[in-house]
Amino acid sequence: MNLDFTPEDEAFREEVRTFLKEKLPKRLSDKVRTGQHLTKADMEEWHAILNERGWLANHWPVEWGGTGWSVMQRFIFETETAIFHAPRIVPFGLSMLAPVLIKYGTEEQCRHYLPRILDGTDWWCQGYSEPGAGSDLASLKTQAVREGDHYIVNGQKTWTTLGQHADWIFCLVRTSSEGKRQEGISFLLIDMKSPGIEVRPIKLLDGDYEVNEVFFTDVKVPVTNLVGEENQGWTYAKYLLTYERTNIAGVGASMELLDRLKDVARTTMRGGKPLAEDPFYAARLAKLEIDLENMKTTNLRVLDAAGAGHAPVAESSMLKIRGTEIRQEINDLMRRAAGRYAQPFVAEALEEGFNGEPVGPEWANPVASQYFNNRKLSIFGGSNEVQREIITKAVLGL
Amino acid sequence: MDFSIGEDRQMLVDTLSRYLADKADWKAREAALESEAGFDKDMWAGMAELGILGALFGEEAGGFGGSPFDIGVVFGEVGRGLPTGPFLATLLAGKLLEAAGDSETLGNVIAGASIATFAHHPAVGADGSVAPQATASGAGDSWTLSGAKGVVDYLGSADIVVVTAETGNGLGAFLVETGAAGVSVRDYPLVDGGAAGELTLDNAPARLLTGDSAAIDAALASGVVATAWEAAAVMEVLRDQTLEYLRTRKQFGIPIGKFQALQHRMATVALEIEQARSAAINAAANFDKGAAQRDRFGAAAMYTVGKVGRLVAEEAIQMHGGIGMTWELPLSHYAKRLTMLGHVMGDEDEHLARFIELGAQETNRAA
Ligand SMILES: Cc1cc2nc3c(=O)[nH]c(=O)nc-3n(C[C@H](O)[C@H](O)[C@H](O)COP(=O)(O)OP(=O)(O)OC[C@H]3O[C@@H](n4cnc5c(N)ncnc54)[C@H](O)[C@@H]3O)c2cc1C
Repeated sequence: MNLDFTPEDEAFREEVRTFLKEKLPKRLSDKVRTGQHLTKADMEEWHAILNERGWLANHWPVEWGGTGWSVMQRFIFETETAIFHAPRIVPFGLSMLAPVLIKYGTEEQCRHYLPRILDGTDWWCQGYSEPGAGSDLASLKTQAVREGDHYIVNGQKTWTTLGQHADWIFCLVRTSSEGKRQEGISFLLIDMKSPGIEVRPIKLLDGDYEVNEVFFTDVKVPVTNLVGEENQGWTYAKYLLTYERTNIAGVGASMELLDRLKDVARTTMRGGKPLAEDPFYAARLAKLEIDLENMKTTNLRVLDAAGAGHAPVAESSMLKIRGTEIRQEINDLMRRAAGRYAQPFVAEALEEGFNGEPVGPEWANPVASQYFNNRKLSIFGGSNEVQREIITKAVLGL
Repeated sequence: MDFSIGEDRQMLVDTLSRYLADKADWKAREAALESEAGFDKDMWAGMAELGILGALFGEEAGGFGGSPFDIGVVFGEVGRGLPTGPFLATLLAGKLLEAAGDSETLGNVIAGASIATFAHHPAVGADGSVAPQATASGAGDSWTLSGAKGVVDYLGSADIVVVTAETGNGLGAFLVETGAAGVSVRDYPLVDGGAAGELTLDNAPARLLTGDSAAIDAALASGVVATAWEAAAVMEVLRDQTLEYLRTRKQFGIPIGKFQALQHRMATVALEIEQARSAAINAAANFDKGAAQRDRFGAAAMYTVGKVGRLVAEEAIQMHGGIGMTWELPLSHYAKRLTMLGHVMGDEDEHLARFIELGAQETNRAA
């Protein structure tokens, strides 16, 4: 066994680093580093920079503008961009919809939509969940009834991330109530500007707005916006859910955050000595680091198997569970490090251009709200309970 | 043995609980969180009018209670009703006014005519540096204080601050008026609602309340009792709300509370909350049994609040799924409050270390 990256991979890493040093705007990396909110324009700016280099859709096939990178190269790219505090690539169009279109869409749909995703013409959001259909997604009720050349859509989606920015939404809709519930679901592309769509923001516990409710009242959708076959949407949805698995553990982001946490532990004084020397805190930090080190190799093993053609359904559930737990633990240790200064929260400091004085340690202001906000990590993308169900059944055969 | 809180305290609990249900409902909370003060001043005045704040202090000081269990039940209702306001600040500052025998100043606080807060922990700077302990110079009736204190509860609304400072003869407690020369205040909101501020003193005029640092320790210990009881109540609210959700939310055609994966975790949550309730009772029951025993049980309670609080807050959100993440659901506010209660009087690790240290002292004495 040899855990070294190949010289080619190392050369690739250098190439990515050079690119990031030259092209990642400091304004953006500063915002990411300090936990400030990224605007729609910020995210689009970073997408455009990556697109210019041809690295935006790094997992698409080359013929559609992808890079042809190996899973290992993608892992390296994701890790390095996280370490350099690049904004996260918004996944809905690029990582969720595009693979489905490429696999199940028509040539025409690909020709129309994929370039618009790349150049930022269309911002997509994901319309799966409904108030009554979360973990039990197949119970979704939003209905699409065929009338001539159109579907008429009625119903409601919820938790739609960044739907407030979206031009389009890809939806799972019910086209049949016969047979198994999974067999009456279709995958539909809906223009957010259609009459009858209403978007209502949902305020989350940290006071911020990142999710929405989307209401559909007699919304007319051309039948040409159906992806694949009617009533086969469940198959496409499942494909989508397991597709983007290289980054599911977020190892790069956790490595970067752990470094920052160690800095904080070194400079934060508690009871007259640095937190890093407090035996209880040091133990928490050490356990976290061990878990992350283990996770890195677990992740690479999964990637290696995926590179060899093995579809890592159950393994990706493991990566999702532990990856999100590690992220949440980092947030927890940040909150602890802030001590009493975890309480102050100046929301304006998370917006660009804030030039007020920080309260307490300069890193402390966002940490409690980030801790609360990242409780979402174990809820969305298939809750960690649902992931454990998958492992129990698919791997352990229980 | 008697685990009942007694008739008088039950009446107090009923009065406060009715008052908060009426005056501190969800709409009032939203308005309070939006306001600059971070709390509803009318609610505060009305509560003072009912005499509730007097329950935190003894008769000699103009109150009608003041025992650790009196403090406990009041803060229990504060936990359940979740109003923002200078409850803990009033207790901590008031206990030192009480110790100093300053019943006139304390009387104004109890009557709601004056808002008091307590500034103890040195401020921390942007680079993580901790300000040196504030210093007092002077003698007799004439003192001045200099120094910087951090995260002082409701400082922006306070008329008076009880400030701890080094006298050259140990830590003393002083009374400072926020309007006095040499006092500057920087106010800000808190992540779980309410407000606090950074206090800077530059030769600010002050009156010595007590030069006995044991009185400061005792005030802090009463804050520990209050926090433990408040936290236990918040946990019980979260438990009840989560149980209700487990019974009513259906996925896969059945209530999610039928999934064993959630059932066993909920059983653990319920068990741990009983432990936290016992820790709060222990802290109150040992309050008058000497400083060493008081502080050991206090540390045990704060360790438990930190540990169990995290579990309960995280599980409550997780078991609610997406809806648990929303501002609109009171549950998320209780979860945030509970988490922050693990910070206000020092965190889990700090109190675990303190518990060990106090245990070692005990053993040394015995040997
Ligand atoms: C911030 C955020 C962003 C989101 N973004 C999107 C988005 O862009 N698009 C979209 O479509 N959706 C999105 N979601 C929705 C997300 O996918 C759902 O919240 C998730 O699937 C859980 O569904 P639910 O919230 O209805 O919880 P429920 O399914 O009601 O679950 C409640 C609790 O019960 C547990 N549970 C359920 N079934 C079982 C079982 N069989 N065994 C054990 N435990 C079980 C769950 O794990 C959870 O703890 C987002 C959610 C959040 C919080």
